[in-house]
Amino acid sequence: MSATTSTRTYADYSAPLWRRWLLTRETAVIALTAAVVLYSLANVPNFDGPLTLKFLLQDIAPILLIALPMTLIIITGEIDLSVASIMGLSSVLLGVLHDAGFSVPTAALLALLAGLACGALNGFLIAYVGLPSLAVTIGTLALFRGIAVGLLGTTAITDFTERWADLATDTIGETRIPLVMIPFAVLAVAFTVLLHFSTFGRGVYEIGLNDEAARFTGVDVARTKLVLFLLSGVVSALAGIYFTLRYGSARGDNATGYELQVIAAVLLGGVSIFGGRGRLHGVLAGVVLIGVISSALRLESVTVNVTNIIVGLLLVASVILPSVLGWAGSRLPRKAPSKDPATAGV
Amino acid sequence: MKFQKRRPAAIAALLLTASFAFTACGGDDGGDGGSAGGSGGGDLSITMLPKNLGNAYFDTSTDGAEKAADELEADFEEVGPDTASPDAQVSYINTVAQQGKNALILSANDPDALCDAIDEARSADVKVVTFDADTNPDCRDLFINQATAEGIAAKQLELISEQIGGKGEIAILSASANATNQNAWIDMMESELADNPDYADIELVDTVYGDDEDQKSFDQTEALLQNHPDLKGIISPTTVGIAAAARYLSDSQYKGKVALTGLGTPNQMREYVDNGTVTAFALWNPGDLGYLATYAAAALVNGDISGEEGDSFEAGDLGTFEVGADGTVLLGEPFTFDESNIADFDF
Repeated sequence: MSATTSTRTYADYSAPLWRRWLLTRETAVIALTAAVVLYSLANVPNFDGPLTLKFLLQDIAPILLIALPMTLIIITGEIDLSVASIMGLSSVLLGVLHDAGFSVPTAALLALLAGLACGALNGFLIAYVGLPSLAVTIGTLALFRGIAVGLLGTTAITDFTERWADLATDTIGETRIPLVMIPFAVLAVAFTVLLHFSTFGRGVYEIGLNDEAARFTGVDVARTKLVLFLLSGVVSALAGIYFTLRYGSARGDNATGYELQVIAAVLLGGVSIFGGRGRLHGVLAGVVLIGVISSALRLESVTVNVTNIIVGLLLVASVILPSVLGWAGSRLPRKAPSKDPATAGV
Repeated sequence: MKFQKRRPAAIAALLLTASFAFTACGGDDGGDGGSAGGSGGGDLSITMLPKNLGNAYFDTSTDGAEKAADELEADFEEVGPDTASPDAQVSYINTVAQQGKNALILSANDPDALCDAIDEARSADVKVVTFDADTNPDCRDLFINQATAEGIAAKQLELISEQIGGKGEIAILSASANATNQNAWIDMMESELADNPDYADIELVDTVYGDDEDQKSFDQTEALLQNHPDLKGIISPTTVGIAAAARYLSDSQYKGKVALTGLGTPNQMREYVDNGTVTAFALWNPGDLGYLATYAAAALVNGDISGEEGDSFEAGDLGTFEVGADGTVLLGEPFTFDESNIADFDF
């Protein structure tokens, strides 16, 4: 592989361990998030109030959930734009099945299976037919959303059993942490192990760096991609179920536009859109950062359009900055290796 | 090299994601970011949350609410999402709870989806008054109804019947299919058409939805006329829809042949009344609606009323109002705008 296409050079590994761990893109996002939180606690009226944490986590929960599989997909160099439409479809199925007499748990299970089927369709077309994921998932974005709107027309189903709706809004014991954070934490641990501590995860990175080379090292590229799109489908359906119960309303247009929020957070969190690079903790910090900024700006009564502009500029800067720094870095002279005769030839 | 082939798709995805930023730049900014009035030292703080910002109808309601807030020496603020969806409104209701405002004046995008958030706000001692579009009565304190649904539906039918000579095909161009008010009015129009012998020769052939979006409403108007060539009249019970339909008719071969009525604002409709595209349309005064809602909210906060049926309170220039069943306060009957009076209004 030529130097211009490598995302890491030998020099990256000659740096001290502390530098490799602390001076990373992910750490920068975490630090920025911490800075914004501290600033908001000190300067934004009511940000330190009792309701902020609960509302913030409820708002970002669907994005946190979907960002988990989306991170792995983007690291392989693919993308999934149909996640929000799968949320809408699972929302509608939950509503329609419940209306037809199914209990909420049964309807939810069937909605998850529908998400799995959606993921299977995406995965099959991308991994086995070999179509580009951007084209496929733009198509299925419209397909799944169309099915969702078609099933329910444009009405809403709102009479969910109270105790199930409470699950989406209650907190854990006396804390301010919503119950939805429990399944999120379980999934976050599972995806962390999958990506960072398993041969499957190493395969994900290899595919992103060079899928031809990955094939030669024994990674089953097609199967890996299929698994990722299946996971994306199921997790999106889960997010759709949560969304529906939280708002108490099953609608075909639920979660419209959420795919862009997920992808924005993933890229902000340090995942390369070209694949091969990124870590889950950076992504989760990216989701939290956008959520905190939006929450603080609303408390400051900044209008929604200004908030969108600020978040958008942050995203653009986060994409441009690494390229600018990379370009500047490549212009700096590097010291030639030492020619000390005592170490020559070692 | 295989690696190179992914770049165009990745770059396209990047641009698509960047549209997240550019899309936002195109939105209307109809909201005020800060407080208005407040010369009284902030004893009373009120937040106005319409269905969405950048909507002329809600801008007028907000103006009326601000006028009342000035009279009451209250801190007043308008917030809202850029799209009319209930989940977007939830975040703003939550923010009002966090800020500890005294009252929230809300036009609900969905009668049920907002109830959990409103309950949180009421638990934080926020009085919640809905206007224009109600929630489930259990989860708000008062609803300021602009007119009875029966009155609004009847007025629109009366107007279209007069304009088409009591005979022929009509269609409805509504807002979103989930819009609470419009659906109630449409249901009542359908019942009235079926039951009232005066309308025996009028047939409702189609109902379409413009989602309160100008371009979509315009396109739906065109589709209606193509699909129903014998159409005599259109009722559009939404300010965005009627303006878009009028714009379409005004520049088409249907001008003067297809009648248009519904609910519109004078400033939007004036040129179409002047040029003969529209004969008459109806609305309540949304400024008065916002004005009344603010006085109702103040009465709740001050303890003058509790929201029970039979309560009464003073609403400044508008006089005395009584709370009816289900905690509803009625502004009055709809008003008809036509060429004889439209110049008198500015909203």
